[in-house]
Amino acid sequence: MIEIRWHGRGGQGVKTASLLFAETSIEEGKYAQGFPEYGPERMGAPVKGFTRIDDKPIRIHSGIENPQVVVVLDQTLLETIDVTEGMPDDGVLIINTELTPKQVREKFGIKRGKIYTVNATKIALETIGKPIPNTVMLGALIRVTGVLDLDTLLKNIAKKFSRRYSQKIIEGNIQAIKKAFEEVKEE
Amino acid sequence: MKVMALTGNEAVAEAMRQINPDVVAAYPITPQTELMHKFAEFVADGLVDTEMVLVESEHSALSATVGASAAGVRAMTATSSQGLALMWEILYIAAGLRLPIVMAVVNRALSAPINIHGDHSDTMGARDSGWIQIFSENAQEAYDNTIIAVRVAEHPEVLLPVMVTMDGFIISHTMERVEVLDDEVVRNFIGEYNPRYKLLDVENPVTFGPLDLQDYYFEHKRAQAEAMENAYRFIKEVDEEFYKISGRRYQYVEPYEIDDADVVLISLGSTAGTIKDVVDNLRLKGMRVGALKIRLYRPFPRDEVIEYLSNASVIGVMDRAIAFGAPYGPVCLDVKSVLQGTKFSELPVVNYIYGLGGRDIRPGDIERIFIELDKVRISGEVPKSPRFIGVRGEEDYFEKVKRLVKN
Repeated sequence: MIEIRWHGRGGQGVKTASLLFAETSIEEGKYAQGFPEYGPERMGAPVKGFTRIDDKPIRIHSGIENPQVVVVLDQTLLETIDVTEGMPDDGVLIINTELTPKQVREKFGIKRGKIYTVNATKIALETIGKPIPNTVMLGALIRVTGVLDLDTLLKNIAKKFSRRYSQKIIEGNIQAIKKAFEEVKEE
Repeated sequence: MKVMALTGNEAVAEAMRQINPDVVAAYPITPQTELMHKFAEFVADGLVDTEMVLVESEHSALSATVGASAAGVRAMTATSSQGLALMWEILYIAAGLRLPIVMAVVNRALSAPINIHGDHSDTMGARDSGWIQIFSENAQEAYDNTIIAVRVAEHPEVLLPVMVTMDGFIISHTMERVEVLDDEVVRNFIGEYNPRYKLLDVENPVTFGPLDLQDYYFEHKRAQAEAMENAYRFIKEVDEEFYKISGRRYQYVEPYEIDDADVVLISLGSTAGTIKDVVDNLRLKGMRVGALKIRLYRPFPRDEVIEYLSNASVIGVMDRAIAFGAPYGPVCLDVKSVLQGTKFSELPVVNYIYGLGGRDIRPGDIERIFIELDKVRISGEVPKSPRFIGVRGEEDYFEKVKRLVKN
């Protein structure tokens, strides 16, 4: 089982990302759970989301305390909260930032895990036209973890978004995910 | 059958779409809101024939559901927490009128202080109201139980309202894999609704809920108790029929690794799933532990509880609610009362109150409970009052137990 924790700020799409990743995994035949943390969150406040993926039924219904993968949608969170909390030493951090993994590690004094970075906000602006990094980070996440196939994810996004968004926005999201998949930087 | 990614709320809304009730009356309350939001979309999109009645309170929601059900149609509603509390008066009326209403209850803590998260305080308070109560471990069970509930409620020997519950947020807002039956399969399973008595059948006039004083009230209440007994008898037949259409077999209680277990932990709802994982881990370490999930809480599965506990040396009972002033939590009271008077009445039972207001129950918490129960088994020293798990002021509880209980 793989356990993922998402960090972001209210409005950045943490809930959507955590659920969308679970949904896509389920549609690919896996078992998954996706759930946000519900508190008194407001636009801009730090929020968390969680995803579990497994090949067999998932019976646990506790919160995720020791995520192998942590996805950070907003670099400024690194200044205020410990995003590595509970993460094992061999865990993986995927951060939306213009910095390289090495720069992030030095600037924020991160001692554990392997760091990957991608400039998801820039990609989102270029492709979708809005600074919403959540779907972009999905591209980086599947590149790093390999838990899902890129084509399956893209097909799912197109299907799910077709009910709510214009073809232009769907195309933008698909381009964004592909870009993030290619541009994610390894330490 | 198709596989869908659904939250618990969406799964129950999907079941309601397939049931296609004639009337749904609802008032929104967290964490039930999304359930009715989704169902209202089905109504707006013309996917169901339901007359949706938006009312000004939960008291009215259940009142409108009662009116529709008495009139002779299939009627449903859903609520949580304060909403269920506000329905109180009408809960007893729905049961007393013998109306086969199905209501989803998304479990949430009761005020005060205000809290939107999951515990069982709301439905535990309604446990003696005359409603059948079925608890769901996950989104799949919430979906399945909702469909089963229609048949249970409408069974001619039962005719009682049914609550199908799921833990607020933990299930209602978690997306999971759900196997959804074909619409036609569900439609055939629940069948056409042809009630024996309808208020609006003017050819065959009947009266619902008239004045009923010393002369007959007691007989009607006795009949209502008999209906609950019939539910206990007949729900297994509906479960068996559901197995035939779904391949999923439900029992009143679900044993897990219980045959050779010395220590058995009893629970309801989502925690039962987490306990199964912990049981597997502890068995790898050589501990003979097992679990018993209570799915049907009202009527209480008295024979099954005795049957499955008969090989155990010590029992733990998890309660996600407090019965204030009572010696134990509600589930523990029931377990102790069914063991009383049998040859198992001396079986040590320890009560654990946990998870109020959505406080997370972690695998580590459950592991420590099993370890304590194992110590109780060895020492024979049984804690007399309920234990509070995962609450401030009890952090060193297990340390204290270690000192109290000799190894």
